[in-house]
Amino acid sequence: MTLEVKELGCKRGGREVFAGLDFQLSPGELLVVTGPNGSGKSSLLRMLAGFLRPTAGSITWDGEPVLEDREAHGGRSAYVGHLDAVKPVMTVEENLEFWSQFEGALVGEGRVRAALERVDLVPQTDLPAGFLSAGQKRRLNLARLVARPAALWLLDEPTSALDDKSSQIVATMIEEHCQEGGMAIAATHLDLGIDAQRSLDIDAYRPRVQLEVVS
Amino acid sequence: MKSFARIVARDVRLAVRQGSAGTMAVGFFIIVTVLFPLGVGPELNILARISAGVLWVAALLSCLLSLDRLFQADFEDGSLDLLVLSAVPLEITVLAKCTAHWLTTAVPLVVTAPVLALLLNMDTDGIPTLMYALLLGTPALSLIGAVGAGLTVGIRRGGVLLSLLVLPLYIPILIFGVGAVDARIHGLGPEPHLMILGAITLFAGVAAPWATAAGLRASLE
Repeated sequence: MTLEVKELGCKRGGREVFAGLDFQLSPGELLVVTGPNGSGKSSLLRMLAGFLRPTAGSITWDGEPVLEDREAHGGRSAYVGHLDAVKPVMTVEENLEFWSQFEGALVGEGRVRAALERVDLVPQTDLPAGFLSAGQKRRLNLARLVARPAALWLLDEPTSALDDKSSQIVATMIEEHCQEGGMAIAATHLDLGIDAQRSLDIDAYRPRVQLEVVS
Repeated sequence: MKSFARIVARDVRLAVRQGSAGTMAVGFFIIVTVLFPLGVGPELNILARISAGVLWVAALLSCLLSLDRLFQADFEDGSLDLLVLSAVPLEITVLAKCTAHWLTTAVPLVVTAPVLALLLNMDTDGIPTLMYALLLGTPALSLIGAVGAGLTVGIRRGGVLLSLLVLPLYIPILIFGVGAVDARIHGLGPEPHLMILGAITLFAGVAAPWATAAGLRASLE
């Protein structure tokens, strides 16, 4: 299991965001992607998830482009974006149950419970998710990672809206995931509180703007 | 198959709890239909003549009313990302969402249609045929509408664009739906019309999920 990114380039709205990005990720590794706003962290994660088509270069999993077999890539990846995918009229438990089971696997009730316990949402189990705070919704979204195992975690600012204690929980979750042989890529401008084995400053891949002198 | 059932169950549950889609479509269906006697005048034979057409047009419009939310709600809260990035083929997900849309929107319309048909003085012979025709034709409304909904998902006020895209494609369903009822009332067999409606639905069932999935993927870029 290796995720390989070669010469990856991204263009948004006709403007080049980054180019020539290269890295490789093996089981047990965490890659922290850093960079200022607008440097393409989210675009990179959305590309790795297969939502965006690379404008240059390739993303391969064990040598096969990830867009060749979208279902296989979907099955091994878990994506946490800016939006929490929480339905306000369903209870916390129903939300999590759906996301962990809709792909067909029957996840035991225990697993959903354990995931809620993990992110400290047990008291809210039967509460309609519309009443959750921003941080609690984020935690519910992160609980999916525990309830539905995936080899590759793609985390876009996973600790935004979270307090120190919850950020710590997320950091431990990521560390354990890597210890168990999982892979994780986290984009963040905050300190995750993990001794990242590897980090990637995406700003270094920004194409240098050539200034034109207008006379 | 399990995934299909779970997505249908979730969407139906959401529709029931929010109580919006189904009741709104039925309310709209009733109001639009009731407006016609007020506008056209109370002559019974004129109403009987136009009843099938009025009911079908009202059904098309009510179906359209809830279509713009088909993917929009999931798009806005990020659920669509997760549905796309999953082990379930997107085409199956689309088919499941269309099924849920049909169950929550079209089925209530089919149930209310006979009452409104009586209100418009439709020949009672035509009423069962109207229901068959609606049952056979409405799945195609959801399926064809999904293609438009998928294409317009990221657009603000996409509902208007959706109507412009989808309504022309509804014309064959309208023609054969009304044709079936008229044929029955005039003593001809409605079967050819019903068969064509069934064929349109089958074709839409095969083609629409692919087109919708492609549209959704393009909208997420």
